[in-house]
Amino acid sequence: MSKRLIDLQHITKSFDGQTVLDDLNLYIRENEFLTLLGPSGCGKTTTLRIIGGFETPDQGHVIFDGKDITALSPNQRQLNTVFQKYALFPHMSIAENIAFGLKIKKKPKSYIDDKIKYALKLVNLDGFEKRRMESLSGGQQQRIAIARAIVNEPKVLLLDEPLGALDLKLRQDMQYELIRLKNELGITFIYVTHDQEEALTMSDTIVVMNQGYIQQIGTPEDIYNEPTNAFVADFIGESNIIDGIMLKDRLVKVLDVNFPCVDEGFGVQTPVDVVIRPEDVELVAPEQGMLEGDVTSLIFKGVHWEIEVMANGYEWLVQTTQMHPVGSHVGIKVDPFNIQIMNKPESSDEKAVESDE
Amino acid sequence: MNNLKRQLLAGPYLLWMAGFVLLPVIVILYYAFTTTSGHFTLLNVSSIFASIHVKSLILSLKLALICTGICLILSYPLAMILNNMKTNSQSFIVFIFILPMWMNFMLRILAWKLLLSNNGVINTFLAALGLPGLDVLNTPSAVVFCMVYDFLPFMILPIYNAMARIQEDIIEAAKDLGAGNITIFFRIIVPLTMPGVVSGITMVFVPALTSFAISDLLGGGKVLLIGNVIEQAFMQEYNWNLGSGLSLVLMIFVIASMALMSSKGEEGGAGVW
Amino acid sequence: MVKKSFQRIYLFFIFLFLYLPILVLIILSFNNSKTRVQWGGFTLKWYQGLFSSSSIMTAFGTTLFISLASALIATFLGTLAALGIDAMKKRNQAIMIGAANIPLLNADIVTGISMMLLFVRFTRLGMSTVLLAHITFNIPYVILNVLPKLKQSSRTTYEAALDLGATPWQAFFKILWPQIRPGVFSGFLMAMTMSLDDFSVTYFTKGAGINTLSTMIYTEMRKGIRPEMYALSTILFLLAFVLLLFMNFGPSARKEKNEL
Repeated sequence: MSKRLIDLQHITKSFDGQTVLDDLNLYIRENEFLTLLGPSGCGKTTTLRIIGGFETPDQGHVIFDGKDITALSPNQRQLNTVFQKYALFPHMSIAENIAFGLKIKKKPKSYIDDKIKYALKLVNLDGFEKRRMESLSGGQQQRIAIARAIVNEPKVLLLDEPLGALDLKLRQDMQYELIRLKNELGITFIYVTHDQEEALTMSDTIVVMNQGYIQQIGTPEDIYNEPTNAFVADFIGESNIIDGIMLKDRLVKVLDVNFPCVDEGFGVQTPVDVVIRPEDVELVAPEQGMLEGDVTSLIFKGVHWEIEVMANGYEWLVQTTQMHPVGSHVGIKVDPFNIQIMNKPESSDEKAVESDE
Repeated sequence: MNNLKRQLLAGPYLLWMAGFVLLPVIVILYYAFTTTSGHFTLLNVSSIFASIHVKSLILSLKLALICTGICLILSYPLAMILNNMKTNSQSFIVFIFILPMWMNFMLRILAWKLLLSNNGVINTFLAALGLPGLDVLNTPSAVVFCMVYDFLPFMILPIYNAMARIQEDIIEAAKDLGAGNITIFFRIIVPLTMPGVVSGITMVFVPALTSFAISDLLGGGKVLLIGNVIEQAFMQEYNWNLGSGLSLVLMIFVIASMALMSSKGEEGGAGVW
Repeated sequence: MVKKSFQRIYLFFIFLFLYLPILVLIILSFNNSKTRVQWGGFTLKWYQGLFSSSSIMTAFGTTLFISLASALIATFLGTLAALGIDAMKKRNQAIMIGAANIPLLNADIVTGISMMLLFVRFTRLGMSTVLLAHITFNIPYVILNVLPKLKQSSRTTYEAALDLGATPWQAFFKILWPQIRPGVFSGFLMAMTMSLDDFSVTYFTKGAGINTLSTMIYTEMRKGIRPEMYALSTILFLLAFVLLLFMNFGPSARKEKNEL
């Protein structure tokens, strides 16, 4: 595995007496696409701004490439930021915007011109040098902001919800562009978003945050398939999160029905959260189901139907390719491998996490 | 259809402007180019080249430039300091700095007359310290002092507003790209506040150039600005034709300086590098 | 740290420059001494003199009347004009706004003289000519305050009201008016302020018979200064203070801030 490029050690930050980050520890490897994911106010943007140098942590250190850069100002750091609202300089042309960082470093003119050409090509805006900022669409402005950052050849690119202001189609296109860019440039991306789909699509590593704490760090697959707590499960994709009792290893009681599962080590008669993804719920004939219920709603979603089934007092969310009309009586079946057991939150902090959603 | 009807609401305004802005200008033009007996002449306008008129025009331009310069030098740092005070008291402090502007114009002149006169407050204070008194009343300096005092807020406000409009993330982006404080000042803040500076300069320069009351009251008849010459032509000599001719020249100067400033303003927006 | 204290000192000096003259006027208004620079004890006699001087009180009344009347009429005409201009095409709008700027940017002395030259051809100079002149230079302030509010209130809300069955009048008063009201109000106040403060235009259009405070003080100062003027200054300064405080921090200002 490649080396650690950035190390955040015991970072604590509060604004006006309100703690935003509390003893946060995180490392980012070289060449990694790391996404900080969480709802607004979870501390993800503050974390990014501390890395960028726009905020100074109250406690803790930022180590970059083995050196402590906690006290350095943004202009002394070898990383560049793509801002949420682009923050392009309105009084300069596109070429002047892109050249800004290079002119400060006193690069020769021919070098700068080449770099501008290269960067514009990289973001698919060849020939835009002389255009004025007002003539650009939001998506184009965002590309310019990216070009302006990458011509400086930073080791790390920080992106603060860069696609937040774009519409859905453009956002999806830009996601692929960003992946392509990252691969071509071969640098580290640290990406902030509240959009779980964006995070799952692009990242090597996802850091799920809430209320100043890291909830889970892992690959997109880990995060989606093995959420460590109800918050992560709920935040990443849609889920059926149901109260259950772990009767013994590999057997959980949910809604008065015993489900075989594959989890062990939770003890005997332990209250747990049971997470079942909607696409993992099978609808079968009533007599074949582990429990029976009635379809209460049916929505066509293109690739699948989204169905709600009332069974044993819980409204199950089901995604299936088979249509079951409202009012039909169905059976519900879940494969043991698709049942995810999680401990109930213990601390009040974690409880707050739950009630927040 | 509805739109067309709504446009008619501007009708009374157009009529009013035609009657009380356009027509008066035509009347001035008429007087400027005729003799008292109604014959065409260029003498009224060309009399600006009479040495006494040239002298007062040059003095007016000089004082107006000095006043504008002082206002700019005082206002820019002030606007920056005010803008950097990201506290709750900011709006109150801005309020404090525009309040004097609401004092009656004449009374502000009166206050400076009191301060500057030979047995006035400043000289009494200097005498108490054993220092020699200033003899500025009835000199151009007194006039400039008072002009700066009167017109300073017109410079502070547009610059402050332009500065307050600069988004924080623009500054952060410049820092992120490696700019230090000096670079940020000259390449980001100055060009982005240029429109404010330009409108501040216009709003100070024009009244300073055309003022006659300040020089009349603090110049003691010795500081003769172009405004004073025009005022005397109308109110003392009753030579309306001459007065109109000189007014026309003054108007051209005002228009020219504004045209110059607005083109500068557009330039300031672009070629920064 | 050094920077901070330098900033404080700078602010302090500008503050001193702005307020010292006013402070001197206020102190002198309570000074029971004929000479300007000696403190002869506290007195209110200049205030008594002020209120018993018929010339000052008449000028005060005239000033108040002209500023109120001219601001009201200008607000009416200016708001109508802004509504009309808002309905125009972009290019015509630019011409209209440019035209509105002329009297704002032109030299006061030229504005005053040109109107005087026109007025004397048709009528005697007096209260009515001053009023006409003030309305003329006040209208643009109203337009420039109302237009941005009209631009902010999207046309769709007005059209939505029509769509929901409102008559154009109802749509205007129930939908458009509440949105532009702050602009109309600030335009009115600005017009009044400009009128109160005006000297040059009034000076040329007033004729012999009447005086506003500005022209009266001007005439007085040429003769010499009466201490009653200090008292007048103090009162006007306090008035401006209260008015501005109300505009900036009063209920309407707060409401506007919340809307943003």
